[in-house]
Amino acid sequence: MAQEKDLQKIFEEKIEKEIKIEPKDWMPDEYRKNLIRQISQHAHSEVVGMLPEGNWITRAPSLRRKVALLAKIQDEAGHGLYLYCAAETLGKDRETLVQELLSGKAKYSSIFNYPALTWADIGAIGWLVDGAAIVNQIMLQKTSYGPYSRGMIRICKEESFHQRQGYEILLTLCRGTEEQKAMAQDALNRFWWPSLMMFGPSDKDSAHSAQSMAWKIKRMGNDDLRQKFIDQTVPQANFLGLTIPDPELKWNEEKQSYDWGQIDWEEFYNVIKGNGPCNKERLAARQAAYDNGAWVREAATAYAKKKAERKTKDAA
Amino acid sequence: MERKDWPLWEVFVRSKAGLSHKHAGSLHAPDAEMAISNARDVYTRRNEGVSIWVVESKYIHSTQESDVESMFDPNEDKIYRHPTFYDIPDEVGHM
Ligand SMILES: [Fe+2]
Ligand SMILES: [Fe+2]
Repeated sequence: MAQEKDLQKIFEEKIEKEIKIEPKDWMPDEYRKNLIRQISQHAHSEVVGMLPEGNWITRAPSLRRKVALLAKIQDEAGHGLYLYCAAETLGKDRETLVQELLSGKAKYSSIFNYPALTWADIGAIGWLVDGAAIVNQIMLQKTSYGPYSRGMIRICKEESFHQRQGYEILLTLCRGTEEQKAMAQDALNRFWWPSLMMFGPSDKDSAHSAQSMAWKIKRMGNDDLRQKFIDQTVPQANFLGLTIPDPELKWNEEKQSYDWGQIDWEEFYNVIKGNGPCNKERLAARQAAYDNGAWVREAATAYAKKKAERKTKDAA
Repeated sequence: MERKDWPLWEVFVRSKAGLSHKHAGSLHAPDAEMAISNARDVYTRRNEGVSIWVVESKYIHSTQESDVESMFDPNEDKIYRHPTFYDIPDEVGHM
Protein backbone atom coordinates (compact mmCIF):
# COMPACT_ATOMS: atom_id res chain seq x y z
CA MET A 1 0.00 0.00 0.00
CA ALA A 2 1.71 3.14 -1.24
CA GLN A 3 -0.28 5.40 1.03
CA GLU A 4 0.74 3.70 4.23
CA LYS A 5 4.35 3.98 3.12
CA ASP A 6 3.91 7.77 2.82
CA LEU A 7 2.33 7.96 6.22
CA GLN A 8 5.16 5.95 7.69
CA LYS A 9 7.60 8.39 6.11
CA ILE A 10 5.79 11.44 7.49
CA PHE A 11 5.77 9.81 10.92
CA GLU A 12 9.49 9.06 10.80
CA GLU A 13 10.29 12.59 9.66
CA LYS A 14 8.40 14.01 12.60
CA ILE A 15 10.29 11.78 15.03
CA GLU A 16 13.53 12.80 13.36
CA LYS A 17 12.72 16.52 13.56
CA GLU A 18 11.50 16.34 17.16
CA ILE A 19 7.93 17.21 16.15
CA LYS A 20 5.51 15.69 18.66
CA ILE A 21 3.10 12.99 17.52
CA GLU A 22 -0.50 13.91 18.38
CA PRO A 23 -3.53 11.63 18.94
CA LYS A 24 -5.08 12.12 15.49
CA ASP A 25 -1.80 11.67 13.62
CA TRP A 26 -1.06 8.44 11.84
CA MET A 27 1.32 6.23 13.83
CA PRO A 28 2.57 2.65 13.43
CA ASP A 29 0.52 0.09 15.37
CA GLU A 30 3.57 -0.97 17.31
CA TYR A 31 4.26 2.62 18.40
CA ARG A 32 0.69 2.91 19.63
CA LYS A 33 0.84 -0.44 21.44
CA ASN A 34 4.18 0.36 23.00
CA LEU A 35 2.87 3.71 24.27
CA ILE A 36 -0.35 2.27 25.68
CA ARG A 37 1.67 -0.33 27.55
CA GLN A 38 4.13 2.19 28.96
CA ILE A 39 1.66 4.97 29.80
CA SER A 40 -0.93 2.69 31.39
CA GLN A 41 1.79 0.95 33.41
CA HIS A 42 2.90 4.39 34.53
CA ALA A 43 -0.69 5.37 35.43
CA HIS A 44 -1.21 2.16 37.43
CA SER A 45 2.03 2.84 39.30
CA GLU A 46 0.80 6.26 40.39
CA VAL A 47 -2.43 4.78 41.68
CA VAL A 48 -1.00 1.69 43.39
CA GLY A 49 1.79 3.91 44.71
CA MET A 50 -0.72 5.63 46.96
CA LEU A 51 -1.24 2.46 48.98
CA PRO A 52 2.03 2.09 50.94
CA GLU A 53 1.91 5.76 51.91
CA GLY A 54 -1.82 5.87 52.58
CA ASN A 55 -1.14 3.30 55.25
CA TRP A 56 0.63 6.00 57.31
CA ILE A 57 -1.70 9.01 57.03
CA THR A 58 -3.47 8.36 60.32
CA ARG A 59 -0.18 7.62 62.06
CA ALA A 60 1.81 10.63 60.88
CA PRO A 61 3.73 12.03 63.88
CA SER A 62 2.44 15.61 63.57
CA LEU A 63 -0.23 17.62 61.83
CA ARG A 64 2.44 19.19 59.60
CA ARG A 65 3.57 15.75 58.42
CA LYS A 66 0.01 14.60 58.01
CA VAL A 67 -1.15 17.44 55.73
CA ALA A 68 2.04 17.11 53.66
CA LEU A 69 1.59 13.37 53.20
CA LEU A 70 -2.08 13.80 52.35
CA ALA A 71 -1.27 16.46 49.75
CA LYS A 72 1.43 14.26 48.24
CA ILE A 73 -0.85 11.26 47.96
CA GLN A 74 -3.56 13.44 46.43
CA ASP A 75 -1.02 14.57 43.83
CA GLU A 76 -0.32 10.93 42.95
CA ALA A 77 -4.02 10.39 42.29
CA GLY A 78 -3.89 13.37 39.94
CA HIS A 79 -0.81 11.92 38.21
CA GLY A 80 -2.71 8.69 37.67
CA LEU A 81 -5.53 10.64 36.08
CA TYR A 82 -3.29 12.68 33.74
CA LEU A 83 -1.68 9.45 32.58
CA TYR A 84 -4.91 7.51 32.10
CA CYS A 85 -6.17 10.42 29.98
CA ALA A 86 -2.98 10.32 27.90
CA ALA A 87 -3.37 6.56 27.40
CA GLU A 88 -7.01 7.02 26.41
CA THR A 89 -6.06 9.37 23.58
CA LEU A 90 -4.51 6.28 21.98
CA GLY A 91 -7.88 4.59 21.78
CA LYS A 92 -8.16 2.38 24.83
CA ASP A 93 -10.94 3.33 27.24
CA ARG A 94 -10.52 3.86 30.96
CA GLU A 95 -12.64 0.94 32.04
CA THR A 96 -10.48 -1.48 30.04
CA LEU A 97 -7.30 0.00 31.48
CA VAL A 98 -8.61 -0.36 35.04
CA GLN A 99 -9.74 -3.92 34.40
CA GLU A 100 -6.30 -4.81 33.06
CA LEU A 101 -4.75 -3.64 36.30
CA LEU A 102 -7.25 -5.52 38.45
CA SER A 103 -6.90 -8.75 36.49
CA GLY A 104 -3.11 -8.59 36.77
CA LYS A 105 -2.70 -8.36 33.00
CA ALA A 106 -1.11 -4.91 33.24
CA LYS A 107 1.93 -4.26 35.40
CA TYR A 108 2.86 -1.45 37.73
CA SER A 109 6.20 -0.49 39.21
CA SER A 110 7.55 -3.34 41.34
CA ILE A 111 8.65 -0.91 44.08
CA PHE A 112 5.09 -0.63 45.35
CA ASN A 113 5.04 -4.29 46.25
CA TYR A 114 7.32 -3.52 49.20
CA PRO A 115 5.72 -2.61 52.53
CA ALA A 116 6.10 0.71 54.39
CA LEU A 117 6.91 -0.75 57.82
CA THR A 118 7.97 2.33 59.79
CA TRP A 119 7.54 6.09 59.65
CA ALA A 120 11.09 6.34 58.29
CA ASP A 121 9.90 4.38 55.25
CA ILE A 122 7.65 7.32 54.35
CA GLY A 123 10.78 9.47 54.33
CA ALA A 124 12.67 6.91 52.24
CA ILE A 125 9.82 6.59 49.76
CA GLY A 126 9.63 10.35 49.17
CA TRP A 127 13.38 10.71 48.91
CA LEU A 128 14.27 7.57 46.91
CA VAL A 129 11.13 6.36 45.16
CA ASP A 130 9.90 9.80 44.11
CA GLY A 131 13.53 10.74 43.49
CA ALA A 132 13.96 7.87 41.05
CA ALA A 133 10.58 8.61 39.47
CA ILE A 134 11.64 12.24 38.94
CA VAL A 135 14.82 11.21 37.10
CA ASN A 136 12.73 9.06 34.80
CA GLN A 137 9.98 11.65 34.36
CA ILE A 138 12.33 14.53 33.57
CA MET A 139 13.61 12.42 30.68
CA LEU A 140 10.02 11.64 29.60
CA GLN A 141 9.12 15.34 29.30
CA LYS A 142 10.84 15.06 25.93
CA THR A 143 9.00 11.93 24.83
CA SER A 144 7.79 11.99 21.24
CA TYR A 145 4.06 11.58 22.05
CA GLY A 146 2.44 14.97 22.75
CA PRO A 147 -0.14 14.08 25.43
CA TYR A 148 2.41 11.98 27.35
CA SER A 149 4.99 14.76 27.21
CA ARG A 150 2.52 17.39 28.43
CA GLY A 151 1.41 15.12 31.26
CA MET A 152 5.03 14.65 32.29
CA ILE A 153 5.70 18.39 32.34
CA ARG A 154 2.74 18.89 34.66
CA ILE A 155 3.78 15.98 36.86
CA CYS A 156 7.40 17.13 37.17
CA LYS A 157 6.24 20.51 38.46
CA GLU A 158 4.43 18.74 41.29
CA GLU A 159 7.03 16.11 42.13
CA SER A 160 9.79 18.15 43.70
CA PHE A 161 7.82 18.77 46.88
CA HIS A 162 7.33 15.01 47.18
CA GLN A 163 11.02 14.34 47.33
CA ARG A 164 11.73 17.26 49.63
CA GLN A 165 9.07 16.23 52.15
CA GLY A 166 10.57 12.73 52.23
CA TYR A 167 14.11 13.98 52.67
CA GLU A 168 13.00 16.34 55.43
CA ILE A 169 11.46 13.42 57.33
CA LEU A 170 14.76 11.54 57.18
CA LEU A 171 16.76 14.63 58.08
CA THR A 172 14.65 15.08 61.21
CA LEU A 173 15.10 11.42 62.17
CA CYS A 174 18.84 11.54 61.52
CA ARG A 175 19.17 14.56 63.81
CA GLY A 176 17.11 12.84 66.49
CA THR A 177 17.90 10.01 68.88
CA GLU A 178 20.12 7.03 68.10
CA GLU A 179 17.02 4.91 67.63
CA GLN A 180 15.49 7.37 65.19
CA LYS A 181 18.67 7.45 63.15
CA ALA A 182 18.79 3.65 63.17
CA MET A 183 15.22 3.64 61.88
CA ALA A 184 16.26 5.91 59.00
CA GLN A 185 19.23 3.65 58.19
CA ASP A 186 16.97 0.60 58.22
CA ALA A 187 14.58 2.27 55.77
CA LEU A 188 17.47 3.11 53.44
CA ASN A 189 18.75 -0.45 53.69
CA ARG A 190 15.42 -1.84 52.55
CA PHE A 191 14.56 0.75 49.89
CA TRP A 192 17.92 1.33 48.21
CA TRP A 193 18.08 -1.69 45.93
CA PRO A 194 14.40 -1.79 45.01
CA SER A 195 14.70 1.91 44.08
CA LEU A 196 17.54 1.09 41.68
CA MET A 197 15.36 -1.63 40.18
CA MET A 198 12.73 1.00 39.35
CA PHE A 199 14.70 1.90 36.22
CA GLY A 200 14.07 -1.55 34.85
CA PRO A 201 16.43 -4.22 33.55
CA SER A 202 19.73 -3.32 31.98
CA ASP A 203 19.25 -2.07 28.41
CA LYS A 204 20.89 -5.16 27.00
CA ASP A 205 18.21 -7.31 28.70
CA SER A 206 15.24 -5.00 28.20
CA ALA A 207 12.67 -6.18 25.70
CA HIS A 208 11.37 -2.70 24.85
CA SER A 209 14.34 -0.40 25.33
CA ALA A 210 15.88 -0.25 21.85
CA GLN A 211 12.62 0.32 19.98
CA SER A 212 11.44 2.88 22.55
CA MET A 213 14.67 4.79 22.09
CA ALA A 214 14.43 4.68 18.30
CA TRP A 215 10.90 6.10 18.46
CA LYS A 216 12.04 8.61 21.08
CA ILE A 217 9.38 7.40 23.49
CA LYS A 218 12.30 7.13 25.89
CA ARG A 219 15.21 9.56 25.58
CA MET A 220 17.73 7.83 27.82
CA GLY A 221 18.48 4.18 28.53
CA ASN A 222 17.68 2.43 31.82
CA ASP A 223 21.34 2.10 32.78
CA ASP A 224 22.14 5.79 32.22
CA LEU A 225 19.10 6.89 34.18
CA ARG A 226 20.03 4.57 37.04
CA GLN A 227 23.57 5.95 37.10
CA LYS A 228 22.26 9.50 37.12
CA PHE A 229 20.06 8.68 40.10
CA ILE A 230 22.93 7.08 42.01
CA ASP A 231 25.25 10.01 41.35
CA GLN A 232 22.77 12.55 42.62
CA THR A 233 21.58 10.50 45.60
CA VAL A 234 24.83 9.35 47.22
CA PRO A 235 25.85 12.87 48.35
CA GLN A 236 22.36 13.33 49.81
CA ALA A 237 22.81 10.12 51.82
CA ASN A 238 26.20 11.35 53.01
CA PHE A 239 24.62 14.59 54.20
CA LEU A 240 22.15 12.58 56.26
CA GLY A 241 25.05 10.61 57.72
CA LEU A 242 23.55 7.37 56.43
CA THR A 243 25.38 4.53 54.71
CA ILE A 244 24.22 3.21 51.32
CA PRO A 245 23.95 -0.58 51.66
CA ASP A 246 26.41 -1.32 48.87
CA PRO A 247 29.98 -2.25 49.89
CA GLU A 248 31.15 -1.80 46.30
CA LEU A 249 29.98 1.79 46.05
CA LYS A 250 32.99 3.99 45.29
CA TRP A 251 33.61 7.35 43.61
CA ASN A 252 35.35 6.96 40.28
CA GLU A 253 37.39 10.09 39.65
CA GLU A 254 38.05 9.28 36.02
CA LYS A 255 34.38 8.68 35.14
CA GLN A 256 33.26 11.45 37.47
CA SER A 257 30.57 9.15 38.79
CA TYR A 258 30.07 6.26 41.19
CA ASP A 259 30.97 2.63 40.67
CA TRP A 260 28.56 0.36 42.44
CA GLY A 261 27.61 -3.29 43.02
CA GLN A 262 25.20 -5.73 41.48
CA ILE A 263 21.41 -5.65 41.44
CA ASP A 264 19.75 -8.91 42.45
CA TRP A 265 17.74 -9.36 39.25
CA GLU A 266 16.28 -12.57 40.48
CA GLU A 267 14.48 -10.62 43.18
CA PHE A 268 13.28 -8.10 40.58
CA TYR A 269 11.77 -10.73 38.28
CA ASN A 270 10.31 -12.57 41.20
CA VAL A 271 8.45 -9.45 42.42
CA ILE A 272 7.24 -8.73 38.88
CA LYS A 273 5.90 -12.25 38.64
CA GLY A 274 3.71 -11.54 41.64
CA ASN A 275 5.79 -12.97 44.46
CA GLY A 276 6.84 -9.73 46.17
CA PRO A 277 5.94 -9.11 49.80
CA CYS A 278 2.75 -7.14 49.01
CA ASN A 279 1.60 -7.99 45.45
CA LYS A 280 -1.58 -9.72 46.57
CA GLU A 281 -2.39 -7.12 49.19
CA ARG A 282 -2.00 -4.26 46.69
CA LEU A 283 -4.28 -5.78 44.07
CA ALA A 284 -6.81 -6.76 46.71
CA ALA A 285 -6.84 -3.16 47.96
CA ARG A 286 -7.40 -1.83 44.44
CA GLN A 287 -10.17 -4.36 43.82
CA ALA A 288 -11.85 -3.43 47.11
CA ALA A 289 -11.62 0.28 46.27
CA TYR A 290 -13.17 -0.43 42.89
CA ASP A 291 -15.98 -2.55 44.31
CA ASN A 292 -16.72 -0.29 47.25
CA GLY A 293 -16.78 2.74 44.98
CA ALA A 294 -19.32 1.21 42.60
CA TRP A 295 -22.32 2.76 44.38
CA VAL A 296 -20.70 6.19 44.23
CA ARG A 297 -20.19 5.91 40.48
CA GLU A 298 -23.75 4.69 40.06
CA ALA A 299 -25.17 7.45 42.25
CA ALA A 300 -23.25 10.11 40.33
CA THR A 301 -24.55 8.78 37.03
CA ALA A 302 -28.13 8.58 38.33
CA TYR A 303 -27.95 12.10 39.76
CA ALA A 304 -26.63 13.53 36.51
CA LYS A 305 -29.40 11.78 34.59
CA LYS A 306 -32.10 13.03 36.93
CA LYS A 307 -30.81 16.58 36.75
CA ALA A 308 -30.76 16.47 32.95
CA GLU A 309 -34.32 15.13 32.87
CA ARG A 310 -35.52 17.87 35.22
CA LYS A 311 -33.90 20.47 33.01
CA THR A 312 -35.67 19.24 29.87
CA LYS A 313 -38.97 19.09 31.77
CA ASP A 314 -38.54 22.69 32.99
CA ALA A 315 -37.74 23.83 29.48
CA ALA A 316 -40.85 22.16 28.05
CA MET B 1 -24.28 1.30 35.15
CA GLU B 2 -20.57 1.58 34.61
CA ARG B 3 -17.95 4.25 34.54
CA LYS B 4 -17.60 3.96 30.78
CA ASP B 5 -20.88 5.84 30.46
CA TRP B 6 -19.21 8.97 31.70
CA PRO B 7 -18.26 11.29 28.87
CA LEU B 8 -14.83 12.84 28.44
CA TRP B 9 -14.46 16.55 29.17
CA GLU B 10 -11.72 18.95 28.16
CA VAL B 11 -10.63 21.35 30.87
CA PHE B 12 -9.53 24.94 30.25
CA VAL B 13 -8.05 27.02 33.04
CA ARG B 14 -7.58 30.79 33.28
CA SER B 15 -4.43 31.18 35.31
CA LYS B 16 -4.87 34.88 36.18
CA ALA B 17 -7.56 37.50 35.71
CA GLY B 18 -7.08 39.09 32.31
CA LEU B 19 -5.49 36.07 30.62
CA SER B 20 -7.16 33.60 28.26
CA HIS B 21 -8.29 30.16 29.31
CA LYS B 22 -5.76 27.55 28.31
CA HIS B 23 -6.21 23.83 27.77
CA ALA B 24 -5.08 22.00 30.91
CA GLY B 25 -6.14 18.41 30.25
CA SER B 26 -9.16 16.18 30.35
CA LEU B 27 -11.21 14.01 32.67
CA HIS B 28 -14.33 11.85 32.82
CA ALA B 29 -17.43 13.02 34.68
CA PRO B 30 -21.18 12.33 34.54
CA ASP B 31 -22.13 15.99 34.07
CA ALA B 32 -20.73 19.49 33.76
CA GLU B 33 -21.08 20.32 37.42
CA MET B 34 -19.03 17.33 38.49
CA ALA B 35 -16.57 17.89 35.68
CA ILE B 36 -15.92 21.37 37.08
CA SER B 37 -15.59 20.14 40.61
CA ASN B 38 -13.19 17.36 39.57
CA ALA B 39 -11.24 19.80 37.40
CA ARG B 40 -10.82 22.05 40.41
CA ASP B 41 -9.36 19.15 42.43
CA VAL B 42 -7.12 17.86 39.69
CA TYR B 43 -5.93 20.93 37.81
CA THR B 44 -5.94 23.79 40.34
CA ARG B 45 -4.46 22.44 43.55
CA ARG B 46 -1.76 25.12 43.69
CA ASN B 47 -3.32 28.42 42.62
CA GLU B 48 -3.08 27.45 38.97
CA GLY B 49 -6.35 29.13 38.14
CA VAL B 50 -9.07 31.65 38.85
CA SER B 51 -11.62 30.29 36.40
CA ILE B 52 -12.38 26.93 34.77
CA TRP B 53 -14.18 26.01 31.56
CA VAL B 54 -15.19 22.46 30.78
CA VAL B 55 -16.58 21.25 27.49
CA GLU B 56 -17.49 17.76 26.42
CA SER B 57 -14.74 16.56 24.12
CA LYS B 58 -17.21 15.43 21.47
CA TYR B 59 -18.22 19.07 20.87
CA ILE B 60 -14.71 20.12 19.92
CA HIS B 61 -14.04 20.26 16.19
CA SER B 62 -10.55 20.55 14.88
CA THR B 63 -8.45 20.80 11.76
CA GLN B 64 -7.21 17.52 10.35
CA GLU B 65 -3.60 16.62 9.90
CA SER B 66 -4.27 16.17 6.19
CA ASP B 67 -5.50 19.79 5.99
CA VAL B 68 -2.35 21.30 7.40
CA GLU B 69 -0.91 22.35 4.06
CA SER B 70 -3.98 23.96 2.58
CA MET B 71 -4.95 25.55 5.89
CA PHE B 72 -1.71 27.06 7.11
CA ASP B 73 0.86 27.08 4.33
CA PRO B 74 -0.32 30.18 2.42
CA ASN B 75 0.56 32.31 5.43
CA GLU B 76 4.23 31.64 5.02
CA ASP B 77 4.63 33.54 1.76
CA LYS B 78 2.69 36.57 2.96
CA ILE B 79 5.64 38.13 4.67
CA TYR B 80 4.14 41.60 4.05
CA ARG B 81 1.84 40.79 6.96
CA HIS B 82 4.79 41.22 9.31
CA PRO B 83 6.28 44.53 10.51
CA THR B 84 9.82 43.52 9.53
CA PHE B 85 8.79 43.56 5.84
CA TYR B 86 8.78 47.38 5.78
CA ASP B 87 11.93 49.53 5.54
CA ILE B 88 11.78 52.52 7.86
CA PRO B 89 14.98 54.58 8.38
CA ASP B 90 16.48 54.33 11.87
CA GLU B 91 16.19 58.11 12.28
CA VAL B 92 12.42 57.77 12.49
CA GLY B 93 12.86 55.96 15.78
CA HIS B 94 10.84 53.10 17.16
CA MET B 95 7.63 52.43 15.29
FE1 LIG C 1 3.69 10.80 40.85
FE1 LIG D 1 5.40 11.68 43.58
